[in-house]
Amino acid sequence: MGLVEKGVLSRKPLKPVTWLLNYSRKYSLWMFQWGLACCAIEMGAALASPRFDMMRLGVIPFPASPRQADLIVISGTVTDKMVPAIKRLYEQMPDPKYVISMGSCANCGGPYWDSYSVTKGVDQVIPVDIYIPGCPPRPEALLDAVVMLQERIQQEGLGNDELVARWRGEPVEVV
Amino acid sequence: MTTTQPPSQLPGFEVEPGSLNPLADARLAVELDTGDMILNMGPQHPATHGTLRLVVRLDGERVIAADPVIGYMHRGYEKLTEFRTYPQITTLINRIDWLSSFANEVPFIHAAEQLMGIEAPQRAQHIRTLLTELSRIATIYLFLGEMGLQVGALTPAFWGFRDREHVLNLIEGATGGRFHPNFNRIGGVKDDLPWGWIVECRAAMKRILDGCDDFEDVLVGNEIFQARTRGVGIIPAELGAAYGVSGANLRASGVDWDLRRDGKPYLSYNELDFKVWTHQDGDSFARYWVRLQETRESVRMVLQLLDGLASGPVMAKVPRIIKVPAGEVWVETENPLGQMGYYVVSKGAIGPFRVKIRSASFSNVSILPWLLRGLYVPDVVTVLGSLYFILGDIDR
Repeated sequence: MGLVEKGVLSRKPLKPVTWLLNYSRKYSLWMFQWGLACCAIEMGAALASPRFDMMRLGVIPFPASPRQADLIVISGTVTDKMVPAIKRLYEQMPDPKYVISMGSCANCGGPYWDSYSVTKGVDQVIPVDIYIPGCPPRPEALLDAVVMLQERIQQEGLGNDELVARWRGEPVEVV
Repeated sequence: MTTTQPPSQLPGFEVEPGSLNPLADARLAVELDTGDMILNMGPQHPATHGTLRLVVRLDGERVIAADPVIGYMHRGYEKLTEFRTYPQITTLINRIDWLSSFANEVPFIHAAEQLMGIEAPQRAQHIRTLLTELSRIATIYLFLGEMGLQVGALTPAFWGFRDREHVLNLIEGATGGRFHPNFNRIGGVKDDLPWGWIVECRAAMKRILDGCDDFEDVLVGNEIFQARTRGVGIIPAELGAAYGVSGANLRASGVDWDLRRDGKPYLSYNELDFKVWTHQDGDSFARYWVRLQETRESVRMVLQLLDGLASGPVMAKVPRIIKVPAGEVWVETENPLGQMGYYVVSKGAIGPFRVKIRSASFSNVSILPWLLRGLYVPDVVTVLGSLYFILGDIDR
C-alpha cells in the first residue's frame, strides 16, 4: 500500500487528521457476514430486525464481495472443510481489516470440542480482533462487540509501527 | 476473407448454389453456440441458508444440471453422541436444526423415556407441546419473511424478524434460552411456566395471527410474488415421497401426511383439534401457502393448550443418575422442517451406544438435482428458499 510506505502515513500525521480518518473509518464499517450456524440467525436478527437494527451503528451489511468489506464476522461452527474458503475470502479483503469471532464455536470449538471435523477456533486460521462468548450470543452482544471495535479503531494511532503493521494486515497486539 | 467473394468460392466451402442457405444457418449456429457454464453458488451465499454449495451447470440461463455439495457444516453428531451421557446429548442436539431447537429435543427424550419406561406427567407433556409449537411458529415465521427476500421483496424479511422476537421472548421466558432452550429432562421438563407467561403468550399469538394476515395480503396476494413462485419447482407427490421429502414440502404436493396426526401418538397432539393443510400444486407457491396455514394452525393449537393446560407436577420420578436399560427404539416426530427421527441403541450405560439421526432437510435437498433441472437461475433461488432447509439439519 503506497499510502503507508511512502505517502502521508509514512510519517506521523497531525492529531486532527488522525482523529478524522479514524472517525470516518469507524462509522463506515462494511461488514462481510459469514453466517455459518446458529449464530448466523442471531446475526441476521441483529442486522435485519427492527428491534436491534445494527445499521444505526454505521455498519453496512451485505457488501457484494469481500473485496469491499472492512469487517468480517465469523458466526458459527468452523469446520475443517470450510477453512480454505474462510482463509481465501479473508485474504481477499483489503487492509485494514477486522475480524469478529462470534460464538463459542468460532472462538474455541464450543460444544464440539471433541469433534473430528470441527476446527477448534477460527483464530487458528485468521487473526481475530474481538471474541464474543455465548452459544449463541444475543444480538445485543454483537452490537456491543461492534461498539468495542469502533472504540478501538478510534484510538488507533496513524503512522506508528503498529499501525503500519496493522494496515499491512499483520496482527497487532493491543494492551 | 473478404466480403467481395461470394461464399461458394471460399476455400473449403465448395457447395452447390442451392444449398447455400442451410450452410449459412449452420455457420450461424456454430458462431452462436455457447458452451456450458459452471456456476458455483456457495458455500457462502445468502440464498443457501448457510453453507450449502451448489455447483450449477448452465446453458445460457437455463440450469441443465445442479449438484449440491454438502458437508460444510458436518460436526459429527452421531459420533459425539457416543461420548456423552443422555442429559448432555440434549444440549448437543439442540443445535442440529438451530431454528427449532426445542422440537429437536423431543424425539430423543421420548426415545430415552420409552427405553426407561417412564411417562412424563400430563402437564409436562402440555408444556412440551406448547414449546414445540412455539418453536415451529418461530421457525416458519423466518421462512415466511425470508421467502419474500428470495424473490426480491425486502419488507417481509423485516416483519418476519420483528414478529419472531415475540415468540422468542416467550421461549426465553419459559426456558431461559432464546435459541437453545435445553429444557427437556428425561421424565418431564425442567421448570414450570413462570407467572404471567400465559397472558403474554395470548398477546403474542394475536400478533402472530396479525402478522400472518399481513403476509397473506402482501405476498400471497401479490401478483409479482405469484408470477415468481407459481409453477416453479413442482414436486410430484410420488416422486417427492420416493426421494424422502417430508413435512410441509410433501404436504404442498397434495400428500395428506402429518406425523402429529398419523404417526405413533406423541406429546398431546391427540387431545388437540387441528387441521392438516395440503395443496395440490406442489410448486413454490404451494409450499409457501401451506406453511402460512400451518402457522395459523399452530397458533390455534397453542391457544387450545393454554385453555386446557393440565395441573400437576412437571417431572416424573427419575433416578439421580440416569442409566437407560439395554434396548433399541426408533422415535420419529413431525418437526417444522419435516420428519425427524432418532434410532437409539442402548447397552445399559449412562450414554447411548449408537444414535442414528434422521433429519428432514437431508432428504429434502436430495431432490434438488432433479428439481433444479431446466429452471432459470433466479428460480434456483426461489426453489432453494421455498424448500426451506437448515444446513445443520442436512450435515449434522
